[in-house]
Amino acid sequence: MLDIKQDARNFACRVVDLKKEYVLKSETVRALRGVSFDVPEGDYVAIMGPSGSGKSTLLNMLGCLDQPTSGSLWLGGDDVATMNDNQLATIRSQRIGFVFQSYNLIQQLTVVENIQVPLFYQGRSLTREQNKRTYELAKMVGLGERLDHRPTQLSGGQQQRVAIARSLVNNPYFILADEPTGNLDSRTSEEILQLFERLNVEGKTIILVTHEDEVSKRAKRVVRLKDGRLQWDKTNTQEVRDAAAQYAIDNMPVEA
Amino acid sequence: MNLLIGTIQLSIKSLWLHPLRSLLTVLGIFIGVASVIWLLAISKGIGDEAVRQVESLGADTIMIRTVKPPSEKMSSTGLTPYGLMRDEFDMLVATVPTIKSALPIREMRRQFQFKDRKLDGRLVGCTPEYAEVTHLELAAGHFITDTENSALDTHCVLAAKVAEKLFPYEDPLGQRIYLPENKNYYLVVGVLKPKGSSAAIGGSMAAQDFSYDVYIPIKTLQNRIGDTVMSIRPASREGEVIELNQITLRVFDVANVKQTAELVKAALKSHDRMEDIAVVVPLELLEQVRTTQWMFWIFTVMIASISLLVGGIGIMNIMLATVTERTREIGIRRALGAKRFHIITQFLAETSVLSLAGGITGILFGLLCGPTVNLARYIANTFWTEQMSELPQVVQTLQPSIVPESIVGAFAVSIIVGLIFGIYPAIRAAKMSPIEALRHE
Repeated sequence: MLDIKQDARNFACRVVDLKKEYVLKSETVRALRGVSFDVPEGDYVAIMGPSGSGKSTLLNMLGCLDQPTSGSLWLGGDDVATMNDNQLATIRSQRIGFVFQSYNLIQQLTVVENIQVPLFYQGRSLTREQNKRTYELAKMVGLGERLDHRPTQLSGGQQQRVAIARSLVNNPYFILADEPTGNLDSRTSEEILQLFERLNVEGKTIILVTHEDEVSKRAKRVVRLKDGRLQWDKTNTQEVRDAAAQYAIDNMPVEA
Repeated sequence: MNLLIGTIQLSIKSLWLHPLRSLLTVLGIFIGVASVIWLLAISKGIGDEAVRQVESLGADTIMIRTVKPPSEKMSSTGLTPYGLMRDEFDMLVATVPTIKSALPIREMRRQFQFKDRKLDGRLVGCTPEYAEVTHLELAAGHFITDTENSALDTHCVLAAKVAEKLFPYEDPLGQRIYLPENKNYYLVVGVLKPKGSSAAIGGSMAAQDFSYDVYIPIKTLQNRIGDTVMSIRPASREGEVIELNQITLRVFDVANVKQTAELVKAALKSHDRMEDIAVVVPLELLEQVRTTQWMFWIFTVMIASISLLVGGIGIMNIMLATVTERTREIGIRRALGAKRFHIITQFLAETSVLSLAGGITGILFGLLCGPTVNLARYIANTFWTEQMSELPQVVQTLQPSIVPESIVGAFAVSIIVGLIFGIYPAIRAAKMSPIEALRHE
């Protein structure tokens, strides 16, 4: 046990025999029946699986939104599985960067304010450095000109860029992206996937949940769930990844 | 600190998303707070005026007044004498030991004339103490003196309005006014300052008005006019035989007022049959007024509490709707690291901003109570002069007096209302599971 804890420091996260059961009326639903895998720092993992495979449950566990029935989830040296609601909230604000399918920006806040939300809940005043970082991130995702815009004034792709900038602002252990391209057209999807690739090259760890093969092929590694268990865990070769990227570019609709 | 400021900024931003909705919610509290201040100020104004009127009668006085008896007690033929008698006055003075001074008064409606200017008013026969007991202040000259009284001088003192109406140009001092009904002339020796009215006493409902009085020595009145007063109007002859209209007694010690009143009532028992006198004790009147005032206050506070309650329910209603509407936002915030505490604070801040805005604007409007009432009265007086003059005097002279406690209280209550009615929606928001909330459409 101590070994795992020691080792965990080199991983973005480690999932150890994770189980989750829901009690619905008299029936017990076993959503996760013992899943284990590691995510080393700098990895780019796609989690796949049909509906009912436990994909969403695993996502909620990795995002520290829910507690497992048994098993461990190591984020750095801490086992998140044993934490209470408040501790989980702290972990979320400090170690996880969320990107959602429907962007999930806060309507009444500007681009800059949206990016800073995780910092706000860390409870400290923003440092000058953090402020500077917010602007750098906005610039990096290509929204340096629209800092005072509200989400409703942005396109879907732009909103998702803001969400990505927000996921990076707290220097998380990993970015957890849930179907990040699900609501976007193929051109915008490609832009977002390229942005992820760039981030990964720069050393960011990315965990991406998707049901699209074309998206999962872009990751370094694919973890597939079925019926609450790990079906397989394989590494995508560079050829596969490049081919998928090329395919996406080739099949992009011609601009009208 | 950063969190607090951030939370407040955020709540204002969130409220600004629905300006009309927020405004209407604020209005609920605004009306509640303003009505507390207004109602209390107006009831205080009315109460203070009532207390002032009674106090102007004097807490250490007892008044015995002649009342016209019911017609079945009067003989059908001729004039029946009734009311207080001079013998009784002497008897009271001689037998009741707690009396410091006693004041006999005889009043009647008369017409006063100077040159061609005529005025209907009240002729009052009195002694020099009258000025002190009824708090009359002189503007010029002197009040009736003992010498004038015993010498049966035909001297008179005019109340402010009488002097103003009869002598618009001349200096009244040294002039003679004429009483056509008695064919007498009286020399003006003094003029009074204007005076507010006193509480109604002895059966008459209207407050006593001293503005149209002419004062003469009581002995002069007795001598020159007598006890029998005939008023001859076309097609009717009315008359009354009264020796004294009122006896005002002053007691040495306020503590003895009630006992003395009992003693006086016992001494004047013979009047029970005629029902032609009334004993008025201002102290008792004052206590009654205070009791009434208290009841009025409780009533006012109840009404105001109800309106604040309604305002609070409005806040709660809106906040519950807002929480449901913003379920997704709550989910996002929770996912990004907000603790339950942060969510509670956020929604409580919103209700507090709403109720504080209502409270502050309500207080500001509450402070405008006095000027607004005066303005409304001015407008009413300008456009509906006749109707206004028929309204009770209280309405015409009402001066709202803002109760400082009501401001503090209303402010505190508005905050408390915001917190109490905000806490349930806030807790409901915080209790939501972040996963469920994120899934909410």
